Amino acid sequence: MGKRANSMCPRELISRRAFLQLLLKSGGLALIGAALYPVARYLYPPRGTEASVSSVVAAKIGDLATNAAKIFRFGNRPAILVRTPQDELKAFSAVCTHLNCTVQYDPEVSVIWCACHNGKFDLNGQVISGPPPRPLEPYQVNVRGDDIVVSKPT
Amino acid sequence: MKRLSEFLRARYELGGLADLATHKTVPLHRHSFWYYWGGMTLALIGIQFASGVLLLLYYRPSAGEAFESVRFIMTKVEFGWLVRSVHAWAAHFAIFSAMVHLASTFFLKAYRPPRELTWVSGVLLIFLLMGFGFTGYLLPWNTLAFFATKVGTELAGIPPVVGPILQTFMRGGSDVGDVTLTRFFWLHVAVLPLGLLGLLAGHLAMIQLQGMSRPLSVQDERSTPFFPNFFLRDLIAWSLILGAVLCISVYAPATLGEKADPFAPTPAGIQPEWYFLWMFQTLKLFPGHVLGIEGELVAVGFTGLAGLALLLVPWLDRPARRGQSHWLTMLLGFIAVGYVVGMTGYALWIGKPH
Repeated sequence: MGKRANSMCPRELISRRAFLQLLLKSGGLALIGAALYPVARYLYPPRGTEASVSSVVAAKIGDLATNAAKIFRFGNRPAILVRTPQDELKAFSAVCTHLNCTVQYDPEVSVIWCACHNGKFDLNGQVISGPPPRPLEPYQVNVRGDDIVVSKPT
Repeated sequence: MKRLSEFLRARYELGGLADLATHKTVPLHRHSFWYYWGGMTLALIGIQFASGVLLLLYYRPSAGEAFESVRFIMTKVEFGWLVRSVHAWAAHFAIFSAMVHLASTFFLKAYRPPRELTWVSGVLLIFLLMGFGFTGYLLPWNTLAFFATKVGTELAGIPPVVGPILQTFMRGGSDVGDVTLTRFFWLHVAVLPLGLLGLLAGHLAMIQLQGMSRPLSVQDERSTPFFPNFFLRDLIAWSLILGAVLCISVYAPATLGEKADPFAPTPAGIQPEWYFLWMFQTLKLFPGHVLGIEGELVAVGFTGLAGLALLLVPWLDRPARRGQSHWLTMLLGFIAVGYVVGMTGYALWIGKPH
């Protein structure tokens, strides 16, 4: 009987002091966690503060000469509209796929060029040379009346 | 002065504090010159606190006003140009001085037991100083800083898992903008200074408690009291560096450039501050892909590992733990210094990247 009572008693598994210490430590950790969690969430920027845009008027017809380009605002990011030497209209995200610099059009060689690390893209957005790992994100171009409308591909 | 001292001594037990001040000695030997660089860094950090507090009076941390407020400081506020130039130049000097201090403690093996934690706190301090440089660079909100920050925060986002979280945390959104400026300002004037003060207190307390390290190669047992003998020499060095900072600020004041336009193409010649140039140059020389992995990931991984290795030097240099100097440690040290200096020089030499 005595033996049975002993085996049920937790004293053999863990001493009273160790149990209280465990309780205190886990309580302390829980307290720190409870304090830090809201702080971490507070520090992380809230979602949904940036409007997403699917289509914008990039320019008016006649704004853009042949073999020229224009940077325009697409949501909160820059995009580039190019009128190629063949008189086609092309639009891409102007954010270089390498390290986020803003690209520009070089009319002398008809390439889209990033000044940061000398990345070059052709007029289909494909990488010609330099460090960019991916092509530029292409956008659709439509002409509605006088407006050149650029939208995300559906 | 004497009466004040008597007044305080009659009321407080100052013996312990006085003991702590007189207890420390500075070893005298042919490498003693390098002992000045820690104090030099400390003095420059002091200049940064003083000039930074002054700048806070007029600076406004928002994309709409930051550039204009810095221009106001530079053109309208009396001696504003001087305060800002001192802040900009002393920052360069502080990082340079910290780098010399780090290199000298490395080559003199001051990190060997029992001073491992002094080394670790020192390396963390230099990382913090670079954090100050990175966040402070954006605050004038000019074109150069804006795009350098875009690239810098893009790099921070490259490591898997933690990268994107860190990047969003730093930018305050998906891209560099007004909120990024607020965050960088917050880091620059509140979070980093608190971290710096804490780490610095630990760093200095450890040096005070353990005394200064004597290099392995030095048999000379001579030393001089830190207070007042070495401290007075420190003061001479500090006066000289303050003079140098003031001189260079007068003859080459900090420039402001053009206000950042997030919807303009990135101009050529975007460069980070000189102390990040070696990483920037490494990145530029890396191909798009290495063994099927994106080049930047490899370059960023390489930099991260180098930083970790630097932090763990006291444990990696096992011969030094036994009080021995090993040629391999010295060679690796020279290669590292040579690489950083060489890459920085190369980046400065080729200048604009087109």
